[in-house]
Amino acid sequence: MSDTAPRPDDAPVAAADGEPRHFARMIAIWLMLSLILDPLFYFLVGPHVPPGTMTSTAEENQFDFNILIVIALPVLIAVWVYLGYSIVMWRAPKSGVADPVGGETARTHLGVQAAWIAITSVIVLFLAGFGTFELISTNGAGGGEGPNPIWTPTAAHILPIQVIGQQWAFTYRYPTFGGFETKQLMVPVDTTIAFHVTSLDVIHSFWAYQLSIKADANPQVDNVAFTTTNHTGSVTVRCSELCGLWHGAMFNYGQVISKQAFENWATATEKANASNTKLLPPFAWTYVPDANGADGGYYNDTVVPYSPSEVYGAKQPAS
Amino acid sequence: MSFRGRLSTFLVLLAVVVALAVYTVNTYFLPQSGVADFTLAQPAGAPVNLTVQTVGQINFGPHPTWVSYLVQDPSGQWLHDTTWKVPAHTRINVTVRQYDSGSPLRNQQWGKVQGVAGNVEILNGKPISVYDSNSGNGVGHTFAIPTLGISVPLVAVDPNATNICSSAPCHSDSVSNTITFSFMSPGPGEYPWQCFVPCGLGFLFGNGGPMSDANYMGGFLDVVQ
Repeated sequence: MSDTAPRPDDAPVAAADGEPRHFARMIAIWLMLSLILDPLFYFLVGPHVPPGTMTSTAEENQFDFNILIVIALPVLIAVWVYLGYSIVMWRAPKSGVADPVGGETARTHLGVQAAWIAITSVIVLFLAGFGTFELISTNGAGGGEGPNPIWTPTAAHILPIQVIGQQWAFTYRYPTFGGFETKQLMVPVDTTIAFHVTSLDVIHSFWAYQLSIKADANPQVDNVAFTTTNHTGSVTVRCSELCGLWHGAMFNYGQVISKQAFENWATATEKANASNTKLLPPFAWTYVPDANGADGGYYNDTVVPYSPSEVYGAKQPAS
Repeated sequence: MSFRGRLSTFLVLLAVVVALAVYTVNTYFLPQSGVADFTLAQPAGAPVNLTVQTVGQINFGPHPTWVSYLVQDPSGQWLHDTTWKVPAHTRINVTVRQYDSGSPLRNQQWGKVQGVAGNVEILNGKPISVYDSNSGNGVGHTFAIPTLGISVPLVAVDPNATNICSSAPCHSDSVSNTITFSFMSPGPGEYPWQCFVPCGLGFLFGNGGPMSDANYMGGFLDVVQ
């Protein structure tokens, strides 16, 4: 421990007249901790970071989070090392007067400034590039791409599922199974899904957490988001846009199930719902709700035909 | 004015402001209704009979023109309460007296009876599982507990009837539909219920006003052990 204030010309590298090489010490501690903690985090904690690996987008988002944390961890360690080192080395003595703050010792140091600007610039620019690449390479990373998505998956068979937000529930229409509507979100495993998200009233946001899908539900807008399911499991769906009184209760659950189980479920539900499906408006990507209250239903917008790019097996959409 | 005079004036004004604030909060922001308790004097395991009515305009309180649910307490009195306390894991026999007119549903999905015993409601003595809201008088309201998967369309009355109820609570001399259904209450918890008909006339998309106030077209099923 030293009671001596650093000399004005000793930071960050100089160690004149017996003064310890503080900067070198801090760098060594930081480097050692970073080299230990970064791999520990990535390999031990990383696989458990939300949102998991249920879908391709979830897996990619988990990877992105892990990269961000691996980059952020050394920055965090640097701050803590500097703080801890300062407390140990330069705290005020129990007796006597604390070292003065300011003056020559607090003057700017060109090397430190340049390094700070360079390092933070590199990190920010890398993250901007990395983020953009991840957005493109994962077909929108599970986010809504609007009605004309530019990052579309190349899978031969894409199952379209329409998500309809309304105050205060999500319902789902399956156009390749007669256009039936249900409150259950059921998804087959190992399948590329196109979620077509729209609303019948105000703005909602469809957030299927484990699927890593999040897309705004706007009235008269077909907001498309893609993902590919990797394994089976439960899905929690929540509205993530404050949408009124019962927003907090606007959630439900779904399942990613085997392809055969999905076929069985969809076929059975199509049959069970047939009496109500025929009363629904013809399937469309968006609907025109009546804005004047209870008087009237929602209507097929008759504008956009079904996208031929989304064909699930041999099935064609109801429209 | 002396110091005591100024102090007295200040205190009087302060009291007025506080009283106005309390009145405003109590009238416009705090729930106006209490809890209809169906657990009192209820034999263990016995079914609970829950009777409610829907009215086109409540005709009292701070929003007399708003549409609303009312509930009949175990003593037979109609209450403007939208929190209904019921025992857990118990059969709830619901009777809805629907006094309001209606329209086609915004989403016909809510015309399907879901989540109740047999997925069937009894409409004026006749069982139905799906109601085409584009036919007849349409649907006035729905009773739905989304977290329990329950949704029941409440078929509307003839809007041209001469004896439409205009003031709550409505009675049997007004035109009405009687809808009954049953469901099992879940474990303890608070389960929001709501209407899926955007019946807040005059508000954007019909979901403002009574649809955005938990004391009219929505509330809680308070399930206790």
